[in-house]
Amino acid sequence: MSDSTGLRPDLVSRDDAAVCRPPAADRATIYERSRPGRGSWSLPELGVPEVPVAELIPESLRRTRPARLPEISEVDLLRHFTGLSALNYGVDSGSYPLGSCTMKYNPRVNEGAARLEGFAGLHPYQPESLVQGALELMHELERWLAEISGLHATTLQPAAGAHGELTGLLIIRAAHQAEGRAPKRIIIPDTAHGTNPASVVMGGFVPAPVRSDARGGVDLDHLREVVAGGDIAGLMLTNPNTLGLFDEHITEIARLVHEAGGLLYYDGANANAVLGISRPGDMGFDIVHFNTHKTFSTPHGGGGPGAGPIVVRDALVPFLPVPVLEQGEDGRFFFQYDRPHTIGKVRSFYGNFGVLVRAWTYIRSLGAEGLRQVSETAVLNANYVMEGVRDLLDLPYGDRRCMHEFVGSATPLKKDGIRALDVAKRLLDYGVHPPTTYFPLIVDEALMVEPTETESKDALDRLVDAFHRVAQEARDAPDLVRSAPVTLPVRRLDEARAARHPVLREQFPEDGEGGA
Amino acid sequence: MLAAVRAASIGDLFAEIPEEVRRREPLALPAGLSEAEVVAELRRLAGKDVPATQLVSFLGAGVYDHYVPAAVDAVVSRGEFLTAYTPYQPERSQGVLQTIFEFQTAVCELTGMDVSNASMYDGSTALAEASILAGVQTRRGQVVLSAGVHPEYRQVLATESAGYGPRPRTVGVRTGAATDLDALAAAVGDDTAAVVVQQPNFFGALEDLPAVAELAHAAGALFIVVADPVSLGVLEAPGRLGADIVVGEGQALGNAMNFGGPGVGYMAVTTKLMRRIPGRLVGETVDLEGRRGYVLTLQTREQHIRREKATSNICSNHALNALATLVYLSWLGKDGLPQLGLHCARKAAYLRERLLALPGVAAFTAGTVVREFAVRLPRPAADVVEALVPQGYLAGVAVSRFAGLFAGLVPGGEDAGDAALDDVLLLAVTEKRTRAEIDAFVAALGDLLASGEVGDE
Repeated sequence: MSDSTGLRPDLVSRDDAAVCRPPAADRATIYERSRPGRGSWSLPELGVPEVPVAELIPESLRRTRPARLPEISEVDLLRHFTGLSALNYGVDSGSYPLGSCTMKYNPRVNEGAARLEGFAGLHPYQPESLVQGALELMHELERWLAEISGLHATTLQPAAGAHGELTGLLIIRAAHQAEGRAPKRIIIPDTAHGTNPASVVMGGFVPAPVRSDARGGVDLDHLREVVAGGDIAGLMLTNPNTLGLFDEHITEIARLVHEAGGLLYYDGANANAVLGISRPGDMGFDIVHFNTHKTFSTPHGGGGPGAGPIVVRDALVPFLPVPVLEQGEDGRFFFQYDRPHTIGKVRSFYGNFGVLVRAWTYIRSLGAEGLRQVSETAVLNANYVMEGVRDLLDLPYGDRRCMHEFVGSATPLKKDGIRALDVAKRLLDYGVHPPTTYFPLIVDEALMVEPTETESKDALDRLVDAFHRVAQEARDAPDLVRSAPVTLPVRRLDEARAARHPVLREQFPEDGEGGA
Repeated sequence: MLAAVRAASIGDLFAEIPEEVRRREPLALPAGLSEAEVVAELRRLAGKDVPATQLVSFLGAGVYDHYVPAAVDAVVSRGEFLTAYTPYQPERSQGVLQTIFEFQTAVCELTGMDVSNASMYDGSTALAEASILAGVQTRRGQVVLSAGVHPEYRQVLATESAGYGPRPRTVGVRTGAATDLDALAAAVGDDTAAVVVQQPNFFGALEDLPAVAELAHAAGALFIVVADPVSLGVLEAPGRLGADIVVGEGQALGNAMNFGGPGVGYMAVTTKLMRRIPGRLVGETVDLEGRRGYVLTLQTREQHIRREKATSNICSNHALNALATLVYLSWLGKDGLPQLGLHCARKAAYLRERLLALPGVAAFTAGTVVREFAVRLPRPAADVVEALVPQGYLAGVAVSRFAGLFAGLVPGGEDAGDAALDDVLLLAVTEKRTRAEIDAFVAALGDLLASGEVGDE
């Protein structure tokens, strides 16, 4: 350990002394590993005439310089990516209580399901007679999501939650237009995910912010004020919200917005708390999206792919994107494109089918009883961890029951000069992924913790213990906490430098300064 | 655990949910299944399908049946990649961050552009986002698209533009299926934010990119190219021909067809547009001891920082598919990609020559083709496709399925209306098709057309 970091060896974490960071050469980029003439590729026999390149592709169209893709043997390719995987962390590696992201276990059976050739090998433009199994699966998933949400008709097309939001907002827009209206304002609480206001703008609306009250719910008085301002197209709400709290006034909120002519959109990012316990449709919502990569165990893949299917109330069915999956009287499934009031198409083909197969597998495995247990356990686990850290963190809403996640504040550590960011970085040294930090924005030094239902009590105890050790270190060795992580392949990274001098691609030596 | 949280029962935990919205009866879903049972159920459903991979398929139109090497699945199945979230904690996410950096590099190299993001959902949404970018950059209200852009991509752009972004105006293709440059020139004006063509276009025709670039730039518009990445092994990089934004679909690079998704969209731009690109960007930096490392960067463009002022609402992208693409491109390497491109181009040229030798079959796509092309048949293409299925062929895409999206935009005259495309069949040839399969397919099609059993003249 470098003396310059001011670490006290007696306080360095358990395995820190054994830290052996890989030398830079072992973390070379794949382009740096490239050597002329090496390669892994093979192609089948050509069999047809080997027309000379000059005749095949005229010079005016032909590539002048090949893309500098790596030249690497297959074993070195595998070693490169295996080495990189070792620098990464997933749910398979350990606890991942990243709030609002629902990092539950991704059952491996899902992966086998999506790779069945009868699913993965389908081309989207095959005749429908050859894809009846896939369509049946999609149709079942649509019905299940409708049942879980308490609404009526599903589209599986949106590729992610934010894409579902945009699709929902375009439906809201079309529904108002069908009544000869064009209201502009969508109400958004100050606790909302960043995607909500961004989607509102992309949907052609203007966000109308509404404050939270002292109990963490929508401030009803302020909501009445915003509604009185008129021009209300709708409201987007996460419930439980990003504070992990169920909004106790949800039916009153729905009434106020509906009376103002608005529609209610449910951001399903936190649906893991209420499966089979409370349905958005019953709360008064008109449109719901689910993040299958949160609630329904499809893996997040380091940033996607996800899927963001949406479910709507019957009155909004005419506006769903095309195609809509239907079943004929003969029992055959088919895609219906002839929908005069549709908003149009929101992505090519039919959505992230391979992700939807995984979601189907999860719901089919668990059934109604299993899904309810998912939410019960998720909420129990979150409350258990909240109790475990109650004496360490400020819990601004700690007098309430949290749902699947809770938000604590690291402000009690501020007196030692420790911020939420430092806590997060030091937790990395204890082998757990930190919570979401600095979100929601209304909580100072926020740490948003979502353990999920798939963590055992042992894992939760280890998580709580890690929090306690970091809090102890914050008092006894704040420099250590501020300089964390100290056990990982890299130390704290200079994000300001990355933004000030953006280097966004490999710099090949032959290009000199400034890239290609 | 209940005692630790001061609850007498699980029900206590939900006491704050108002009675009137609490559900009493169980959800109406099938009962749960063991893993063995659920796998059996999945096999039953998958068994009702006949996948293109088990037939002799000439289907393309945006999704292609290229061989996926075993190394790809070996990498993307690793739990450290598969089960990670977006890399918000860079010190524990160097693996995925470095792969994204390497992916960005590969996309820049393929397209000849300066900056690539970490991926988009698919080609269609990447195009819609590119159009929005152009609208913001130029402060103009219209985007001019060639009818040679994939019809579903055009639909998606039109849908999204209902809320935000430039409104589309479409110009037709001329005989031979390349964009009608005169019509394009006439459509471009003071309010044109961008001009969009696809290379090769939907019909497989190759566009004159330098000419379109000049036309767009002369009007102060950006030039957006939708590019097929496999073809970029043999075709000039759009970035060297004047493109300001290049977008496309990367499914063909190491991803299964998956009934159309997930594949992976990509977007690459010039340095000038770097701060307007949507989505995640990974940049190189150093740690506090000077070691090289990677972080998400320029995040003030993004929704989680900028909220309603963000360049896009995108949060999740298609990182795992981007990783598959990177592994595939690394497996092919600098020599393999051009060799694959030539291989497909030779087989496509051969198939086209054989088809055009059949009585009544005529060229729709003229000139050089690299993997995909369209022909006119003496029978309705949809009927021909259906008639050849029992023999084990997926003959291609009958373009009539998109007829409404080409009305008045293809040669054949506006009088012909939708019927102008009834006889057009779009065929794609990957390296998986053998000469024997191609020859047998041409013979089967020839027999079918000669028999007169399908459709009317």
